[in-house]
Amino acid sequence: MLLGLGGFGCGNATVELPVERAVLTPPPRVPAPIERDHPARVVVDLEVVEKTMRLADGVEYMFWTFGGTVPGSFIRVREGDRVEFNLHNHPDNKLPHNIDLHAVTGPGGGAAASFTAPGQSSRFEFTARHPGLFVYHCATQPVGLHVANGMYGLILVEPKAGLPEVDREYYVMQSEFYTRGAYGEEGDQPFSMDKAVREQPDYVVFNGAVGALMDERALTAKTGETVRLFVGNGGPNLASSFHVIGEIFDKVYIEAGDRVNHHVQTTTVPPGGATIVEFGVETPGTFLLVDHALFRAFHKGTLGMLKVEGPENPVVFQPGEVGPEERRAPRVPSESAPAPTPPPLEGALEESMRRGKKVYAASCLPCHQADGTGMARVFPPLAASDYLMEDLDRAVDIVIRGKRGEIVVNGETYNQVMTPQNLTDRQIADVMNYVTRSWGNAGEEVFGPGRVREVRESGKERGR
Amino acid sequence: MRKLLWVGWMCWVSGVGAGEMARVPAGRFVPLANSVDPVRVAAFRMDRLPVTNAEFLEFVKANPEWRKGAVRAVFADEGYLRHWAGPLELGDAAPPDRPVTSVSWFAARAYAEWRGKRLPTVAEWERAASLTPEAEARARVLAWYAEPLRFPLPAVGSTPANEAGIRDLHGLIWEWVEDFDAISVTSRAADGDRPSPFFCGGGAAGVADPSDYAAFLRYAFRGSLSATHTVAGLGFRCARDEENTP
Repeated sequence: MLLGLGGFGCGNATVELPVERAVLTPPPRVPAPIERDHPARVVVDLEVVEKTMRLADGVEYMFWTFGGTVPGSFIRVREGDRVEFNLHNHPDNKLPHNIDLHAVTGPGGGAAASFTAPGQSSRFEFTARHPGLFVYHCATQPVGLHVANGMYGLILVEPKAGLPEVDREYYVMQSEFYTRGAYGEEGDQPFSMDKAVREQPDYVVFNGAVGALMDERALTAKTGETVRLFVGNGGPNLASSFHVIGEIFDKVYIEAGDRVNHHVQTTTVPPGGATIVEFGVETPGTFLLVDHALFRAFHKGTLGMLKVEGPENPVVFQPGEVGPEERRAPRVPSESAPAPTPPPLEGALEESMRRGKKVYAASCLPCHQADGTGMARVFPPLAASDYLMEDLDRAVDIVIRGKRGEIVVNGETYNQVMTPQNLTDRQIADVMNYVTRSWGNAGEEVFGPGRVREVRESGKERGR
Repeated sequence: MRKLLWVGWMCWVSGVGAGEMARVPAGRFVPLANSVDPVRVAAFRMDRLPVTNAEFLEFVKANPEWRKGAVRAVFADEGYLRHWAGPLELGDAAPPDRPVTSVSWFAARAYAEWRGKRLPTVAEWERAASLTPEAEARARVLAWYAEPLRFPLPAVGSTPANEAGIRDLHGLIWEWVEDFDAISVTSRAADGDRPSPFFCGGGAAGVADPSDYAAFLRYAFRGSLSATHTVAGLGFRCARDEENTP
């Protein structure tokens, strides 16, 4: 065999490289940092799969994916590596696909060379010449459609010297979805070409679905650690104003290149672009990832969570005189007996509350907070809230039509604007069942969509 | 009851006629790309329905060299008739009234020749497809690809007939055409200075109608094929010149 001989020729470019298979990870995971100090021949096998998955609760969408997830598998190679890229198109797929990796120098970023019919495979090779974090995407016509259906992901070309060591690395990618039905409308939702052309998505999400990084799927860290986020934007149309509420990025690798900026609040990630951010987490709590174009976060699902555990750190942050303990205390009238025990939960009510918790996370949590305590003097609490519980019709009405002006909640005056929430009757019933039975509220009324509809209609009669 | 319905349905389909052809009057066809000059298409005949598993079974019974497992690798890849249970057995995933798929271009051509017919050209196929109202065709295709491919496929004849009485051109399967490789969708430096309209930013330049996503999908699909490829969602129907028909 000739194996190994090529490397001995003087000035011969075809040096034999050690061969290794790339480890690919689904979001939000990232493959481990590369330990090698020399280039290798890295073999990547990526399969295109067309499959129906959850876009939001009760909402299914036919996604086209690289590796079965949206965004696609994370690929990690080292500057100078020779990459053998094998693209496979699953036999049950309906359409041909290909891949354009922005890390490739060459025609179409590999697009023409990787054009693959269903059931077939293709192969091309490239040298990862530029370090950085790069978007890859399908580039088969109509390209906008392939991208709108979920065909994008990130490939990291680590610089030869490696990236600084951190405690946690995560993969976050923003993108938008254009569905025939409005946000939250249940069932299988086909692509809306009309909305895509007008660039008016109903969903703008992190990692392919509403809630993909929320609650039990939140990113996690411990106080004192350093977190690195590899952030991409699949688009297809909207730029992201990426921001983590309550954090300042110690470092931003601008446009995922090698220029580093420090002390950054919000950074722009254009469609087809990426950035790397790093920050230390010094205080415990839930930090929200948002696109600071806020109507997206409030109404279209652009929310994620980073949950940080560890001891409080008053040097970095100390709550004011209206402390969390005081606000959390249930307001039980002093002369009465202990609050009545709520009636036993039936299956249907339990189910409704479970859904309501998700509605809450998507629509209410940014202001009213995960524990319902709100924000001192800005957003009123829902936890043990006298204002909420004394008039439930009013509460439903506020969800439907919003609220502005002064109100007094648990003795504190608030003067803010709450926007009308674009929710279905069922979603409102679910969130009412959840909120009125959580955080010290002892609600007894069971809400259903019919009850919400009554409030909606009586509000119309009142001409509000 | 279910069986009765099925029998009734079969009678209706045989009313349409397995292999029965419709006349497509002469007309014009505007290619999506490369040249947007209209092409004149002479009148021709086209099968009203795609070729079914039952019809293809007759073909392989008469032509052993085209049976699953016997076909030569130069004529079809290893996925040939992969939903069939055996060389002469259809099985649950390929009922008789469903369109035959996972057949190569060579196999489709051999079938057409055996029937005394031929495959339609791209121009003829697109001309026939244009006899479905445009909005309806686009909507049907866009809805179709949003559904996963499930086997068994729906029966032939399950979509409405177009003006010429032809069904299933949109929304059931992709179909082979004689000159599927006539328009190169890939672009190499050697091909000249214009980037291919089928990838990326080239998309908007030099195409007849950039909003015709259904046509883009068809052209991209044809362009991804080689003559030996077999694809689960790809079948065919036959055509014939006008003067050859009584």
